[in-house]
Amino acid sequence: MKRQSIDGSIFKEFNYCTTPPSTRWLIIVIVLMVIIGVGLYTFILQGVKGHVITGMRDYVVWGVYITNFIYFLGISYACAMISCFFHLTRIQWGKSLMRILELIAFITIIIAPVYILLCIGRIDRLHFLAFHGRIQSPIIWDVIAIVTDIIFCMVYLFLSYVKDFARLRDYTAKLDIADWKKKLYRKLALGYAFEHEQEKRLSSAMDIMAAIIIPTSIVAYSLLAWLFGMNLRPGWHSSIFGPQFILNAVYSGVAIIIIIMWFYRRILKLEKYITDNHFYFLGYGLLILTLFFGYFVFSDFITNWYNTQKTTSILLQKLLDNSQYGIMYKGSLFITLFLTIVVIGIPQLRTVNSIFLVSVLVMLALWINRYLMIVPVLETTYIPISDPRPEYIKYDPTIVEWILTVTGLAVFMLFLMIMTKLAPVIPVSALEEKSTFKLFGKFSFKDHSK
Amino acid sequence: MSEVMKSHKRRNFLKTGAGLAIGLGAISINGLGTEPPIKDAGKKIKVLMPDGSLAEVDEKSLSTRTGSMQPAKGPKAKEGIPGRKFVMVIDLGKCNNARKCIEGCQKGHNLDTSQEWMTVHLRKDNHQSEPYWFPKPCYHCDNPPCVKVCPVGATYKRSDGCVLVDVNRCIGCKFCMSACPYSARVFNWEPPPKSSEANQDYSPETSVPGQVGTVGKCDFCPDRSRQGKLPYCVNSCPMGAIYFGDMNEDAISNGTETVSFKELINNRAGHRILEELGTYPSVYYLPPVDKAFSYERGLKNLSEEQKKKALENLSKY
Ligand code: SF4
Repeated sequence: MKRQSIDGSIFKEFNYCTTPPSTRWLIIVIVLMVIIGVGLYTFILQGVKGHVITGMRDYVVWGVYITNFIYFLGISYACAMISCFFHLTRIQWGKSLMRILELIAFITIIIAPVYILLCIGRIDRLHFLAFHGRIQSPIIWDVIAIVTDIIFCMVYLFLSYVKDFARLRDYTAKLDIADWKKKLYRKLALGYAFEHEQEKRLSSAMDIMAAIIIPTSIVAYSLLAWLFGMNLRPGWHSSIFGPQFILNAVYSGVAIIIIIMWFYRRILKLEKYITDNHFYFLGYGLLILTLFFGYFVFSDFITNWYNTQKTTSILLQKLLDNSQYGIMYKGSLFITLFLTIVVIGIPQLRTVNSIFLVSVLVMLALWINRYLMIVPVLETTYIPISDPRPEYIKYDPTIVEWILTVTGLAVFMLFLMIMTKLAPVIPVSALEEKSTFKLFGKFSFKDHSK
Repeated sequence: MSEVMKSHKRRNFLKTGAGLAIGLGAISINGLGTEPPIKDAGKKIKVLMPDGSLAEVDEKSLSTRTGSMQPAKGPKAKEGIPGRKFVMVIDLGKCNNARKCIEGCQKGHNLDTSQEWMTVHLRKDNHQSEPYWFPKPCYHCDNPPCVKVCPVGATYKRSDGCVLVDVNRCIGCKFCMSACPYSARVFNWEPPPKSSEANQDYSPETSVPGQVGTVGKCDFCPDRSRQGKLPYCVNSCPMGAIYFGDMNEDAISNGTETVSFKELINNRAGHRILEELGTYPSVYYLPPVDKAFSYERGLKNLSEEQKKKALENLSKY
């Protein structure tokens, strides 16, 4: 096969992936590894001692774990969807974000299912899901959906890397870097040589994957929403749950990409590829999603509040009562419905850093929002709990659950750090492609950075 | 169905449910019931009739209606006891929170004292009405939300109405717990207490021994029905507030009296809890009328915290 050699000078800008790691990078990696080590120990501890060491009890049967599960899964599906959307529409400015989105989508869909495993009392019987699975159960729907999505995510991520791996292979051939890395690039490039036929095949494979991933993500996350919606419980048994979950997911997806690209841009000096405009455009996206979010929250609240059933009204009281969930509930709404609108809506307040900060707060608010979707509902039973044990009446997460939550974050960060060493986080090859989709290709916003 | 046949059906249950025909287990008397008489007569044995009289019947006319007297195991435990449809009726006018049903159940099922498969709540129908004590077992719904959601079929509905849990199959996902609108299920957060019962051979009908990391709940004691005994809670209740029996035979018993299920429900306005959810429970309640005691008397059987919580809950009605 004739192999065309491609000019690799562009990689000089991304030399962080071909040069040895810096001390700062190493220190952070070690810290993260230590956290993950503690997390692993805690994981095993829970396996040995059982769920009794968590805050979960007979009424609140799931707590922080399932919140994290929904949260990470939402991020994953959203990032996958946004990336595929950018790919299919060929929006020029979106191209530099695609790889970051795919990386986030991939690692979060790996982390999320671990949290659902932590909710299962007998992990040793996990294989029963395969041997005795009942398709009527929403859990099986979820298992099928997640397995499918992990595969799709992996395939899509890999496809999007192939060209860059091929370029790195050619570029590093003459460089003085470790042999194993050269070999790795050679293997991962799958013999891609930038031939017309290869190009065509790869591009159509990616188009097909992208077109599949968007609807499957929507279905998969709706299935998760229905896992709750199928329960005859006030607060869950609602037809708005599916759409609301999807909206919240996309909302968190936009916020997380703003956060991650802020870090990458600063640390890896990517100003040329991640411009201020990226922050403004996504900031507008966040603003629009905030309004939708507010609409859903309001619609849900007013329906439950106006003419209300007794158990539902007890639930609403809990959410509004400051001695119970009031601070969390109102705080999360303050961030999403007030702060976000003010900071992004008012031009004088809108800067790259303020958008970043708001996104961090939005991520926090959305976690709380998920928590409030789960825990107060489980505490509000049709027949009031008469068990007097405080830990049964009110869920109180233990240190075990918090450690494992932080571990999830550490894994997330570690992965994103390691991947910067493998290949550029900007899809170099994709950027060079001419936009074929004129409608969006020529579409440009006012430059806000000036 | 004629009155005579009805009463014969009830008689069948009497011997089995109330345990009067000791050792015979679940039987029916051919010739007395709906089945054709047996030609070839053999040894006569004595059987106690519901009116208290002794009747002599042919041994061969007694056939086992309930199959084996041993608790069913494995796939057999998925089938119900043939011909049975168990039902429970709780007379709220009689319950004074003696909490003996809870104790009996805990003992019988080798549960820790912190685990209650039967719970007793202080309830009120509306803010005007008198509070009353409300025993709550598993309702063994005919349209059980817990069974629908179980990913591995560890909890299932049987033809005799029982909703059982197979702890050998349960993966402990707790989905059934969140799906149950009556909060009837408890999780085994810790291993069951060590006792002689714990060494039994497991059957979903006895629910003993339980396993850590799995779910447990009231099982309607089908193993005891097989032996012609009433569930632990029914036998332990000093007030005779709980009736248990067979809907097909239209006979239920609280251990001292045996009555017609239909008559009781119709004459005394029997109802089910949260009927509007469409779960079709197998447990009926008789309204808390003609109480011979005030609800306060039951408070003395509660710990201080339990009392506080019970009174606090009253304000929710
Ligand atoms: S906890 Fe056990 S019985 Fe309940 S749904 Fe899960 S596997 Fe089924």
